[in-house]
Amino acid sequence: MTDALGAWRARVRRAGGDTAVGAAIAAGAMAALALFLVTAYFVTLFVIGIGAVALPVVTKGVRRLCNLNRRAAGRVGVPVAVPYRPQPREFEKDIVGWMRRRQWILTDPATWRDLLWLLLDTAVGTVGLLPAAVLCYALEGFVVGAGLWRPLLDANGTGWWYCFITVDSRPSALLALAAASGLLLAWPWTGRPALKAHAYFTRFLLGPTENTVLASRVRHLAETRTTALDTQAAELRRIERDLHDGAQARLVSLGFTLGAVERNMDRKPEEARRLLREARESSVLALRELRDLVRGIHPPVLAERGLADAVRALGIDSPLQVAVETDVPGGLPAPVESAMYFSVSELLTNALKHSGADRVEIELRHGQDVLYARVADDGRGGADAGRGTGLHGIRRRLAAFDGTLDISSPVGGPTVTKMEIPCALSSPKTSSS
Amino acid sequence: MRVVLAEDLFLLRQGLIQLLEAYDFEVVAAVDNGRDLSAALAEHRPDIAIVDVRLPPTFTTEGLQAALQARRDMPGLPILVLSQNVEQMYARELLADGTGGIGYLLKDSVFDNDQFIDAVSRVAAGGTAMDPAVVARLMVSHARDEPLGALTARERHVLELMAEGCSNMAIAQRLSVSEGAAAKHISNIFAKLMLPQDSDSNRRVLAVLAYLNA
Ligand SMILES: Nc1ncnc2c1ncn2[C@@H]1O[C@H](COP(=O)(O)OP(=O)(O)OP(=O)(O)O)[C@@H](O)[C@H]1O
Ligand SMILES: [Mg+2]
Repeated sequence: MTDALGAWRARVRRAGGDTAVGAAIAAGAMAALALFLVTAYFVTLFVIGIGAVALPVVTKGVRRLCNLNRRAAGRVGVPVAVPYRPQPREFEKDIVGWMRRRQWILTDPATWRDLLWLLLDTAVGTVGLLPAAVLCYALEGFVVGAGLWRPLLDANGTGWWYCFITVDSRPSALLALAAASGLLLAWPWTGRPALKAHAYFTRFLLGPTENTVLASRVRHLAETRTTALDTQAAELRRIERDLHDGAQARLVSLGFTLGAVERNMDRKPEEARRLLREARESSVLALRELRDLVRGIHPPVLAERGLADAVRALGIDSPLQVAVETDVPGGLPAPVESAMYFSVSELLTNALKHSGADRVEIELRHGQDVLYARVADDGRGGADAGRGTGLHGIRRRLAAFDGTLDISSPVGGPTVTKMEIPCALSSPKTSSS
Repeated sequence: MRVVLAEDLFLLRQGLIQLLEAYDFEVVAAVDNGRDLSAALAEHRPDIAIVDVRLPPTFTTEGLQAALQARRDMPGLPILVLSQNVEQMYARELLADGTGGIGYLLKDSVFDNDQFIDAVSRVAAGGTAMDPAVVARLMVSHARDEPLGALTARERHVLELMAEGCSNMAIAQRLSVSEGAAAKHISNIFAKLMLPQDSDSNRRVLAVLAYLNA
């Protein structure tokens, strides 16, 4: 019983919200008319220069109203993405920048679709009033039926007309009350359809078109490709520096030492022996540095055993208690494996450095052309990508493959990180473990 | 002592043959890929196999796989695995059957001829030889364990040497202490780690490795 009551209460509360939003949409429709006229005016005047000054300001207003309507549509379950072209990072301060700002606005098809929407919304937007109208009409019925009909009858000489009923007597007043009750009961069901209808209309004009979706996709790809190339270039520079200062330098000194050995061999055999020992140590150091470098470029286990075992090896090498569960087939693209490996590795390092956790769980799966990983620790939480370079680096690494990083780390813990990279298998061979 | 050698780098293979023969080992077969290795092991049944982890044709863990398979076919076959880098995971797999006669060393360890030959002999005799790098990684992954924390610095050092496969005498030599003193350290360590005492030094080493590998 209380459940039913609760459901009713929720429904009424929602209907109240719908009514308010609907009224706002209708009010927006009034504003839409004004905005349409103003914009049309300035766009027309743009040609002769006057409108150009005000255009950005007016556009800002238009876009704000349109975004509010997009939000309202999202509220009733019809999400509408914002289709505007992103603003160039900076406009020059001179006349060129001034013109480019106008160009940015005027060449965006969304600007013109906004305008069309404004025009049509002056009419369509009024559906937003439906729930409010039903509610008001029901209230009128109650007020008239409850007794106002009598003074009205006295004043007008005829009965008050309400909902196909002429209220001029007690029975007709009761009838009006019944009709009003019916309307009031129907009211909670009027909001959604009205708002939904308006939402579909909004999506039709204010949502991104196929073209803008493609354009924004191209933009995204260009951006991630640039960061991928930047990251790669930085990585190559690091490797070059490491080789230059490490192994390469050691080999140079090795050559020197061996030269000295050659000179000293006959005259000072003791000295030569000492130098030879030095040379051997130098070669061991060079090897160690090369080993560490290789580990950072493409870890041997990954090359030898694939992603599942490489991640398991990460778990074994960690001082934390790491439970690893994997279900990935062979044949994943090598760059994807590598990106996922280094991401998991960084998360494991973070868990060790920051979380204070004892246990870490790693889950690695592939299904429906998505490689998925989950790393969870039972530590203190509070991970924040803004405070270091590690998490940010993971995001960039994954973005190059259209992958995503999702961190949930409330203060007090636990920290759960999920990563996804869309990727198809390059070969059907499976060696799941 | 008869040796089968698998190493794909020509220079290193020749160097190893020379080194081993200089120390009176007999290299009965020297191969450069996984398939030939399996065949040579089955044919010669050597006293020890010295194997590179990564071999053609796949350049993955061909050598390791062949060695592990051979050990299943010929239980107790001593194997010394050489590699450009050490992985705890592979160490685990090698030590999994819990019997001795296993070595896992970085290729650099060949540079110190005496120590390398010492390791070969030890493995051939059923002992173990773990690279200090392997042991260091094992110690790191147990860094947070209670009992290890209770060891003194000296005892930790002794534990590391034991894990590498050193006998009491070798430990005593490396630390320049008497053999009795080394034995004392060892029994302290076993008590702190709550491992059963054992008079056989190979079994003791295996117990330590099993503990660190857990
Ligand atoms: N698992 C975790 N538990 C608790 N806090 C975390 C965790 N992971 C990260 N953090 C917090 O989030 C911050 C950002 O992490 P991030 O990896 O980006 O940088 P970092 O580890 O500090 O430095 P680095 O650039 O070397 O990775 C850390 O400084 C830490 O405070
Ligand atoms: Mg970090």
